[in-house]
Amino acid sequence: MSFTPDIRLFSCHYTSQQSCGAELLKLGFPENIRLNRVSCTGKLQVTTLLKAFEEGADGVYVVGCPVDACHNVKGSLRAAKRVEAVRQALVELGVEPERVAMYHLPRGLHPEFINAGREMNERIGKLGPGPFRLDRQAETTLMGA
Amino acid sequence: MIVAERKPLAEIVDMVKGHDKILVLACRGCVTVCSAGGEREAAILASLIRLGLQKIGSSAEVIEGSLVRQCDKEYIDAIDRWQGQYDAILSTACGVGVNFIANLRPGDNVYPALNTTFFGGSAQQGIWSEQCAGCGDCVLHLTGGLCPVARCAKSLMNGPCGGSVDGRCEIDRDVDCVWQLIYDRMGRLNRREELQAAAPIRDWSAAGHGGPRKQVRKDLTL
Repeated sequence: MSFTPDIRLFSCHYTSQQSCGAELLKLGFPENIRLNRVSCTGKLQVTTLLKAFEEGADGVYVVGCPVDACHNVKGSLRAAKRVEAVRQALVELGVEPERVAMYHLPRGLHPEFINAGREMNERIGKLGPGPFRLDRQAETTLMGA
Repeated sequence: MIVAERKPLAEIVDMVKGHDKILVLACRGCVTVCSAGGEREAAILASLIRLGLQKIGSSAEVIEGSLVRQCDKEYIDAIDRWQGQYDAILSTACGVGVNFIANLRPGDNVYPALNTTFFGGSAQQGIWSEQCAGCGDCVLHLTGGLCPVARCAKSLMNGPCGGSVDGRCEIDRDVDCVWQLIYDRMGRLNRREELQAAAPIRDWSAAGHGGPRKQVRKDLTL
């Protein structure tokens, strides 16, 4: 089934500076990815990521600084821990954990940021609509329930 | 503190799936400190329950609240503020909190979101370990402050046993033999000869083997 995934991106100010310019889309960044800029991904809470799924997102990902070069020292490391917590929660819910991901990317305008968006878009596209889409009735049951 | 951890999500969703309005009730006591059942964890759990119900084609109104503690009557009484907004309480407190709600609110459905695991502490961020068994007859003055009841797999009073190898317990090589720790510590304190005294057969009645324990302080009762 072909569909346009609803993907939410949470990216820190430093790794998404290029989003200020119109060139992001020109460079091939998928337009169905909604970008939410945060001052530091370390500020992101698990609930923020879960809320995106509650709102019907098919996939959620976070882009933060390289682990050893975070502007706020350990911000992106904290974000990675929270993304992992969401991954584990998705496993518990019987949902593909690949629907959430963490990327550590360098700052500034660079192709990796675009590539990460394309990769996520392709991955979620292959997985198909998420089970939390507001327009989709659940078809499966909780793992072990 | 009392240490706890969240139950598997499927178990929790199965508990509450028949209810239309669920109050996820955090405790700002021990389970906040051990990051198992404080306000943050309750918010995460509320979200996960909504997602879990949605996935099985169900739904419920899930709200969050918190109490200073769930182990004192005056705080349990404060649940009145959510009157009419729930038909089930999912407590993220330890088992004491769940029992207190059940004791004091006979008409309320209450479910445990956590497995209460042990009395312990955190020497390193994100890691908790058992330190006390609440046995009711403390022997720490005899063992250099290290508890053989909680920290010895056999709760030996005259350890170590033959399974102690290189300071590790036979049940798991990652577990310290507490009797080795006691022996080493008493040596550092120049008190090792105190360990020559054989501990007598222990009376475990204070440990709960005589039924549920109760403590009455007449200087405090009104």
